[in-house]
Amino acid sequence: MNEVLLLARRSVVRTLRQPAMIVPALVFPLLLLSINSSGLESATHLPGFPTDSYFQFALAIAFVQGALFSANSAGTNVASDIESGFLNRLSLTPLRRVSLILGQLTGILALGLIQALTFLGVGLAFGEGIAAGVGGAVVIVLLSLTISLAFGSIGAFVALRAGNGEAVQGVFPLFFAALFLSSMTLPRDLIEIEWFQTVATWNPVSYMLEGFRSLVIEGWNAEALALGFGCAAGVAVIAMAAASSALRTRMVRT
Amino acid sequence: MKVARAVAWRNIHNWATKPSMLVPSLLFPLFFFTAFAGGLSRVDSIPGFDYDAGYTTFVYGFVLLQASAFGGIFTGFAVARDFESGFSRRLMLGAAHRGGIVGGYWLSAAVRAATTIAVITVVALIAGLEVHGNGIDVVGLYTLALLMNALAVLFGTGVAMRLRTMQAGPAIQTPAFLLLFLAPVWVPYDLLTGWVHAAATVNPVTLVLEAERGLLAGEPEKVLPAFAVTTLIVGITLLWARGGLRSAERVA
Repeated sequence: MNEVLLLARRSVVRTLRQPAMIVPALVFPLLLLSINSSGLESATHLPGFPTDSYFQFALAIAFVQGALFSANSAGTNVASDIESGFLNRLSLTPLRRVSLILGQLTGILALGLIQALTFLGVGLAFGEGIAAGVGGAVVIVLLSLTISLAFGSIGAFVALRAGNGEAVQGVFPLFFAALFLSSMTLPRDLIEIEWFQTVATWNPVSYMLEGFRSLVIEGWNAEALALGFGCAAGVAVIAMAAASSALRTRMVRT
Repeated sequence: MKVARAVAWRNIHNWATKPSMLVPSLLFPLFFFTAFAGGLSRVDSIPGFDYDAGYTTFVYGFVLLQASAFGGIFTGFAVARDFESGFSRRLMLGAAHRGGIVGGYWLSAAVRAATTIAVITVVALIAGLEVHGNGIDVVGLYTLALLMNALAVLFGTGVAMRLRTMQAGPAIQTPAFLLLFLAPVWVPYDLLTGWVHAAATVNPVTLVLEAERGLLAGEPEKVLPAFAVTTLIVGITLLWARGGLRSAERVA
């Protein structure tokens, strides 16, 4: 346990000491939120649009987009540990694989917390509040952390599998594809193109976005929250298992 | 000319043979096209949205501009990488006419943009792109796109040659990103609200985008002002790139 805490502390310190990792992860989602909400405000005039403020609708994108940066950051950190030989030395310790990965991802969770609180603060300052109240705000932070863990685990898996940072950078566009092919810009039932609506329906990112939106726009919606948390947790568990398996393979090779 | 050809060939070869460089430059504009044309197609039902050629064509106008600009921006990254690796220093010692170096980067950016535009156009045609303009309109459309590509690569080259490090990436990319997205990207100018509307009013990209969409729809508008403004900015960025070259020569 002590070793995991040391690893977690190292991960947090390393992440927070890199402004190049924190600043874009905060600035770009906020920039997109700001541009989206002004550029697409007129979309709220569409019949069936769930709110009269596009800012309220688009706030969810900031949380998910921020978490996408976690994947990149986590992957880059793990790849750097592989390239420097640190992971090889760790493999000599009796640490369990999942503990080792979780320790490595603690920094990403710290970054996720900073992001969630920042986006929530911006949402409260410039939006119309959180429909689900204070409890909803707490759940938003929890959902945001779960998604950060899920995407961070995917980043760690890619790094462990490929062993270099370039591969992580190469996979980064795919994460954006997952965001773009979701209900990012309009509710699913308002998407006119059939194939796009089908992809968005199968895409777990849509349910993560809808989980946030339910709390911000509607209030408490058990189904949306269950799907949001379920998709995030499902991705986290699968990615963590894959990362653990990749770590085992890497240790055997070592 | 020889220098320009050699620099262009090397850059095009590097880009075309490295998947880590080729794939993102093709995929990103495609993602944008798919996400906007597919996800936002209902937006053309908003009261006041008046564009007969359809939403796919409306989005294509923007993605065409984006692909052109990013072809230039990514070439700016290549210039920075060449300086960081020390290749540019050797290139400057060996080149008889150093202006040809900038010309070579310019040429390679045009090839990159043309390739990306070709891919996007094929996908867009499959997805329902309707070009209502005649042959002259189409020539005007792609000439404007290549002018955008030129100003982006000259701006990027100027920054990269002054900073001479990959850290120059955000300084090249951020202004281009902001100019592109602070224009009427998803809806016509009249439907923009808030600060983006104010920014779009003074943003020269708005003029270019509206001209491109007019050419696509076969209802050309603001074409001459768009060409005049773009040519003027290309002239300014040419001076900027030349200044960058002089700066790099001083340390070479």
